[in-house]
Amino acid sequence: MIESTTFLVVLSALFLSVAMAIIRVIKGPTAPDRIVGLDTINTIVIVGMVIFGYSTNSVIYIDVAIVYALLSFISTLFIAKYLEGGEF
Amino acid sequence: MIAFIVTTILCFITYLLFTTGSGTDLGIWSYEEIIFGIVLSAIVGLIAGKIFVKKDFRMANPVRWLTFIAYVIGPFFAGVVKANIDVAYRVITGKINPGIVKISPGLKTDLGITMLANSITLTPGTLSVDIDEDKNDLYIHWINVKKEALQKKPVDCKYVCGNFPKWIRRIAE
Amino acid sequence: MLSGIFDIIILVSLSIGVFFNFLAGVGLLRFPDVYTRLHAGTKCTTFGSIFLCGSIILIGLRAWFFSYEGLTQTDGSTLAIHTAGALFAILLTNPTGAHALARAAHRSGVKPVGAVIDDLEGKPAKKTTSKKKEAEK
Repeated sequence: MIESTTFLVVLSALFLSVAMAIIRVIKGPTAPDRIVGLDTINTIVIVGMVIFGYSTNSVIYIDVAIVYALLSFISTLFIAKYLEGGEF
Repeated sequence: MIAFIVTTILCFITYLLFTTGSGTDLGIWSYEEIIFGIVLSAIVGLIAGKIFVKKDFRMANPVRWLTFIAYVIGPFFAGVVKANIDVAYRVITGKINPGIVKISPGLKTDLGITMLANSITLTPGTLSVDIDEDKNDLYIHWINVKKEALQKKPVDCKYVCGNFPKWIRRIAE
Repeated sequence: MLSGIFDIIILVSLSIGVFFNFLAGVGLLRFPDVYTRLHAGTKCTTFGSIFLCGSIILIGLRAWFFSYEGLTQTDGSTLAIHTAGALFAILLTNPTGAHALARAAHRSGVKPVGAVIDDLEGKPAKKTTSKKKEAEK
């Protein structure tokens, strides 16, 4: 039996890496740097949602994570297109 | 018509997978979910059928799917593991020697070049930056450029992506 | 006995996943330019997600087949299948997004820092008509 505090530790470690990515988003000298940080945050948040959904026994969070993954992908593509300067 | 049917069936299978455990009427599904799933899959099939199924049916061959699964489990996953140990080493020590190189893998189809670009991004020390769409050449950002690879231009594939192009030619072409 | 082995596998894969996700954050802070940061931010998070989601899938499969305490069989199957869906979405979208970002960075004029060679330098950014971004693996 795995204690639920294990998942609490996992979630706080994930939060620490999100915090480092946020520092990159704030500091980042150019716009692409900030977007790279944002993309990393998105992936970590998806995994965090999956783990949170299991540890609180609410599977609905995992469905939200799937939709969030697809939407964040589309937003990354749009921002990349905008940085390129092309027409949509 | 065949595009509509194939897309609808694939959508419906996905819908059934995601609604397992919704009831006890039909096995582990409830009537409501199944009826709604059929309606939804038909709508998606109408809209997306023409995009999803193209003229040629090369990829409908099960041998290609099995080769793809073998590729993902075998060389691809080994490459991902090696890539992460490599990146971990570089994060901790900070030793980098980057550069952007050009390779011409000689793949012809869109699907093949997409798969190769995605594989390259997840495997050791490389990241695909741009595609020359006329000749299907790839521009790769390489985190640790080897001296001996730069003597020939475009750079030989075996330094950048090993034998991935051979596998992908077997899967997609 | 069997349950103990499962617990150990799950704990090990959880710690591998957390370690690599943490490394992604460190890499984002330490590397000097966009491209190397993309290396850290894409590879490490994808690998970490494989292991973290894999441990949750393992928990779901165990509940599905052995009806483990606290979770019913239905819960287990839902957990395993939905987590596999989320993992599949991550695996499909992450490298494609990284490619789009790298291309956008190069076309908006960011040079790789300390590059020994740049084959792409000076090529005019062509207006492409067909987009090869959809990852139809």
